Amino acid sequence: MKKTKNRKKLVEDIVHAIFFFLGMITVLCVLLISIYLLVAGIPAIKEIGIVEFLFGSQWAPTYAEPAYGILPFILSSVYGTAGALLLGVPIGFFTAVYLAKLAPPKVKSIVSSAVSLLAGIPSVVYGLVGMLILVPAIRKLFHVPDGASLLAAIIVLSVMVLPSIINVSMTSLEAVPKEYEEGSLALGATQIETYMRVSVPAAKSGIATAIVLGVGRALGEAMAVMMVSGNAANMPSLFQSVRFLTTAVASEMAYSSGLHRQALFSIALVLFLFIMLINAGLNLILKHKKEG
Amino acid sequence: MSKEKYPLRRKLYGGTMHALMYFSVFVTCALVLAIIGYVLIKGLPNITWKLLSTKPSYLSNSIGILPDILNTIYIIIACLVVVLPLGVGAAIYLTEYAENKKLVGVIEYAAETLSGIPSVIYGLVGMLFFCQFLGFQTSLLAGALTLVIMNLPTVMRTTQESLKAVPQSYREGAFGLGAGKWRVIYTVVLPSCVDGIVTGCILAMGRILGESAALLFTAGFAHALNGFFDGLTSAGATLTVALYVYAKEEGEFEVAFAIAAILMVLTLLINLTAQFTGKFFKKRRDT
Amino acid sequence: MSNIITSEDLCLWYSETQALKGISMEIPENSITALIGPSGCGKSTFLKTLNRMNDLVQGVKITGTVKYQGQDIFAPSVDVNLLRRDIGMVFQKPNPFPMSVYDNVAYGPRTHGIRSKARLDEIVEQSLRGAAIWDELKDRLKKSALGLSGGQQQRLCIARALAVGPKVLLMDEPTSALDPISTARIEELAEELKKQYTIVIVTHNMQQAVRISDKTAFFLLGELIEYDDTEKLFSMPQNKKTEDYITGRFG
Repeated sequence: MKKTKNRKKLVEDIVHAIFFFLGMITVLCVLLISIYLLVAGIPAIKEIGIVEFLFGSQWAPTYAEPAYGILPFILSSVYGTAGALLLGVPIGFFTAVYLAKLAPPKVKSIVSSAVSLLAGIPSVVYGLVGMLILVPAIRKLFHVPDGASLLAAIIVLSVMVLPSIINVSMTSLEAVPKEYEEGSLALGATQIETYMRVSVPAAKSGIATAIVLGVGRALGEAMAVMMVSGNAANMPSLFQSVRFLTTAVASEMAYSSGLHRQALFSIALVLFLFIMLINAGLNLILKHKKEG
Repeated sequence: MSKEKYPLRRKLYGGTMHALMYFSVFVTCALVLAIIGYVLIKGLPNITWKLLSTKPSYLSNSIGILPDILNTIYIIIACLVVVLPLGVGAAIYLTEYAENKKLVGVIEYAAETLSGIPSVIYGLVGMLFFCQFLGFQTSLLAGALTLVIMNLPTVMRTTQESLKAVPQSYREGAFGLGAGKWRVIYTVVLPSCVDGIVTGCILAMGRILGESAALLFTAGFAHALNGFFDGLTSAGATLTVALYVYAKEEGEFEVAFAIAAILMVLTLLINLTAQFTGKFFKKRRDT
Repeated sequence: MSNIITSEDLCLWYSETQALKGISMEIPENSITALIGPSGCGKSTFLKTLNRMNDLVQGVKITGTVKYQGQDIFAPSVDVNLLRRDIGMVFQKPNPFPMSVYDNVAYGPRTHGIRSKARLDEIVEQSLRGAAIWDELKDRLKKSALGLSGGQQQRLCIARALAVGPKVLLMDEPTSALDPISTARIEELAEELKKQYTIVIVTHNMQQAVRISDKTAFFLLGELIEYDDTEKLFSMPQNKKTEDYITGRFG
């Protein structure tokens, strides 16, 4: 009797240990990624010098006298993301308000499925469509020699951030208590006034979360950007070919070696730190919401 | 009641907001329709049996995407086989075992962090860790394992949600009969979270199908025709990577659009399946 | 005393179910009218019809008329938002907006186009004084309204309703979510307010109706069974059903 009891306990303990390990696996993965990036990324930064690396405006690793400044990539990523949000946030925001508050149920269900479809389209497909429609259109419309530019990347990214902005904002708008809206209507505010001035402020942390998620998505996208942005290491300018942090890593990894390769790891590290910063910001918003 | 006129300013405000909303919804819908329509119109006519059933050949100067289709299937299978036990296990630990609130917070924060990391970075770390450190070389297996890390949070979260919906009374009932914790999980908890696992599976499939940046340096670009086990140990392009290569490097836009159309149809199917299963499970739960 | 609101043969359907059956009643100005009756008797529905808050419910159908100051409120020429400015409402559950105390009270006037800071300050103070809560809140105008106690929140909601300068206040069981002390303060406030406003209050609490109201209407299953001076209705009800209800035989 005692023996079987012991054995039973042993089994339970082993199972518990296994599940504990499985539970910790996400933490292990995050640690693995962080450590690998730090170990792989720091040597090149040390060798090049952090100021030179971050603020150097020339990237020419294959020259006789190589230069490793990634400022063009940082700025392109920042401008590209900002531009994408500038276009995507208003469209996404108003769509979300309409869907959450005003749309008839049928319209809502159709448009929501369309939006989730948009989220499911692979980024290379966005890239392909961008390459063949957007890039030539920009070339013709603005009379520039090559349409593959920051503008093309901004437009593609703005479409790609739409689904997360719409879905997350919509969820938080739907969660606004009906009582708030009734209170406003009873004061003689119209429906639109009510939604814009009571529901939207009440859902502001959700909408902020949506925007931050959009930033993460735009900053992290590589393939679609690579296909439409022309991929030259210029300082960012709307109609010029540019390279983002993501595409800098992706486009040269295949043939780089030595310090050049290590510098690519350093770029990935910078990108990773950007994303971690955004995550921290997101957490701050969520925490603020819980307390507020 | 006051007979004053309704202020113009308010009318203007309402009108403007309405207009902005209709405009935004219109733009969103138009984008979806335009992208799907364009890809299907340009792509569907290029899908031929020959394209689907052969591999690329320099001799006959023809392109076939059979290897890419197989690679995609292999990588999906390999990834799911690994990620499901891990993700489900992690979810079970969180909902059934973990008592330390702080630890749960750390694990959930880690999962959130994982889902925010760009796929390029996964590709890079996958290359360093799986291909170089573990010595898998550039192979579908290395690609699949990289995707495992990417999809872990998704599977974990969907399973966790359905576990939370399992009534506490089920567990109490089983414990009351003197069953050990593991037995309770195995016989009562696991069967009732099938819906979460299936949903996680579908979402993960969608993500694997669409992923490319993480696979470039881990799974490679090869178009060789292989069986499942040979395939896993050798390099190979999935459909998305093949699309990228054909469009960007080789300028074969017809093939690229054919692949894009296939991907689009598959995405549509996955979305429909997700909606359908969601409704199915909801119905089952309600009755 | 003149009548500020009159309803004639008012019927209301939610899709197929009829919630109000031919309600005709007159509500005198500067008085408190209580609507009583068991749950689901239509008293809240009737109240919400008076400022057309029912418009938002899907599938609602209304026949008959309600006149406010002689004007049919369902007439196409009537702007529902201006109607609601004249006929304010206080809800069962205190529902301050998730904003500061000041912004809550200023919300209505701002909506109706008042922009001047000085004017808004004045309205906010007046309204908070009107709701007898100025002294408690004057030092925390910038703090979130969600941090107030339930009773304070409800008086803030009354202040918010006063800020747009209504003539009528509809109160839908305003004290049912509050403790006895807060309830007493709201009741006192209501008696004070009737000097300037007309109040229609739905209540589950018959003592409350007796304590504060001038007239009482008894609703049952969508019908207006009896409507009279409060004192008369409670001391010698004309209808057997009313008598049964107020003596606690059902409800």
